[in-house]
Amino acid sequence: NLPFFITCLVVLKIIKHYQEEGQGSEVVQGVLLGLVVEDRLEITNCFPFPQHTEDDVDFDEVQYQMEMMRSLRHVNIDHLHVGWYQSTYYGSFVSRALLDSQFSYQHAIEESVVLIYDPIKTAQGSLCLKAYRLTPKLMEICKEKDFSPEALKKACIGYEHMLEEVPIVIKNSHLINVLLLDLQEKSTVADKHELLNLSSSNHLEKSLQLLMDRVDGMSQEIVKYNTYCRNLTKQQQQKQQYLQRRQQENTQRQSRGEPPLPEEDINKMFKPPQAPPRMDTLLIAGQVNNYCQNIKAFTSQNLGKLFMAEALQGHSS
Amino acid sequence: MCCCPATARIPWRPALSFSSSPFVIFLHFLYKIMAVHGPLVKIHPVVLASIVDSYERRNEGASRVIGTLLGTADKHSVEVTNCFSVPHNESEDEVAVDMEFAKNMYELHKKVSPSEVIIGWYATGYDITEHSVLIHEYYSREAPNPIHMTVDTALQSNKMNIRAYVSSQMGVPGKTVGVMFTPLTIKYIYYDTERIGVDLLQRTRASPSRTNGLTTDLAQVASAAGRVQEMLSTMLSYIEDVLSGKVMADNSVGRYLMDLVNKVPKITAEDFESMLNSNINDLLMVTYLANLTQAQIALNEKLVVL
Repeated sequence: NLPFFITCLVVLKIIKHYQEEGQGSEVVQGVLLGLVVEDRLEITNCFPFPQHTEDDVDFDEVQYQMEMMRSLRHVNIDHLHVGWYQSTYYGSFVSRALLDSQFSYQHAIEESVVLIYDPIKTAQGSLCLKAYRLTPKLMEICKEKDFSPEALKKACIGYEHMLEEVPIVIKNSHLINVLLLDLQEKSTVADKHELLNLSSSNHLEKSLQLLMDRVDGMSQEIVKYNTYCRNLTKQQQQKQQYLQRRQQENTQRQSRGEPPLPEEDINKMFKPPQAPPRMDTLLIAGQVNNYCQNIKAFTSQNLGKLFMAEALQGHSS
Repeated sequence: MCCCPATARIPWRPALSFSSSPFVIFLHFLYKIMAVHGPLVKIHPVVLASIVDSYERRNEGASRVIGTLLGTADKHSVEVTNCFSVPHNESEDEVAVDMEFAKNMYELHKKVSPSEVIIGWYATGYDITEHSVLIHEYYSREAPNPIHMTVDTALQSNKMNIRAYVSSQMGVPGKTVGVMFTPLTIKYIYYDTERIGVDLLQRTRASPSRTNGLTTDLAQVASAAGRVQEMLSTMLSYIEDVLSGKVMADNSVGRYLMDLVNKVPKITAEDFESMLNSNINDLLMVTYLANLTQAQIALNEKLVVL
């Protein structure tokens, strides 16, 4: 997968947007602007979406977007809508809404991405910005809007094949480099070294709680699917029994010389049970997978730090 | 760029000319030594990045870019958190600023962050020209006591000079009244997450293609530890210099060092062992659970497909 470029302005704007408008577990969203250069995506600017508040019922999102893009075009900012960004709370972003939005973007522009900014992980010491795209297989399924088990089985989609991560590369112009140099010389902000922080229980607790919720949801879906399977087999058995009885009756009647009973439409009598939609299960599985990966990354970092602390302590005592 | 009908021709008012070089040099000299009377200006890096970006995208023939600064102001300081560029036309004797555009953009921005207000404007370039006075006047109608920021993107002094000014009346009352721009102190402030982001961005300076990927987890811990190690070795070399008499001992530095040494907690070996082990156990258990869950959903996936 070809990495795509992003400039420092976009990174800073996303960080600022979350910091100012999105405290707590609210999600902030915005639009990414850029251009496609030799089938490589370059994201050069972005603008935020306002939060949905109850007192702004007549707020027209589309109009806001159109006006913003029109104004930005006047100042020569690239106005091609190449994707969108969203903040996330502890890594929970795999949802139906995300899927739908990303599908509509990717339908229009093939190289669209959704940038997921994780502010909590960033506050722990290193910028966490990931870009995702829907896999082509998933795009096909979404186009058909057919989420039944058979269709998914045919396309061989597992939860790992839903979203593919695209590597990000930060690319800056020379003038921005000069600016960064200037900032480094002049700013007297002390480094706080959050990355070397040893405490982990708070973060682990929250992550595990979210994981438990999803696993609960997952088990519910599994139960639903199992009942569906059971109903299906029971119904098959009933069908067989009915056919057999019919057969027996018919032979009996024939032996007695009476006309056989009319053939009845089997399918109308035994309506097959509704197959539960598999999309939700896939989404939950994907989300659980994401949580697990985040937790593992976090624990590996912390284990490293703890071993370092042990070495230092052993050294000094 | 077509001239929008909403641009206004600002009437030319007499003002002291600042384009003569001795005065400019004097002003910059003043900037360095004068005590500043005015609010402290706190700038976020996103504003500067946005200004540089609009400068890079300016129309052909335009020598500078102007725009509005948004932020919050209180009694002693002004915090600049956002900005947007405003199209304008500048020629020898007149200046046209698209005020409709500015108003529109401000409305749009207000929808996202209702707490940001117009607090001034910026211009790229080294000097304050007469046109700046006119534009400043327009902005004084929008905000009380607006600040004017200049960013030298043409790098005239081999550095990107970022300056801020506030205007004040001067001259003889009753006769010709002029406008003087007094410089203000600038401080760069960052949110924590901003600082971490800028840290990563600084690393792009090192690579020749000005690019940088985002690194993996353990590598980040390693680099953070490396930085602390560097700092410790700098400190150690300084201490050795002082001890061997090469450098004069400084009391305040000595106090900081003592603070530092005292901050290391004194824990007995057994306590530390037990704390370490319990932490490691927690982390290992969570890793095991995460792996188990992943195996479980993979199995479930396979079973459904059967």
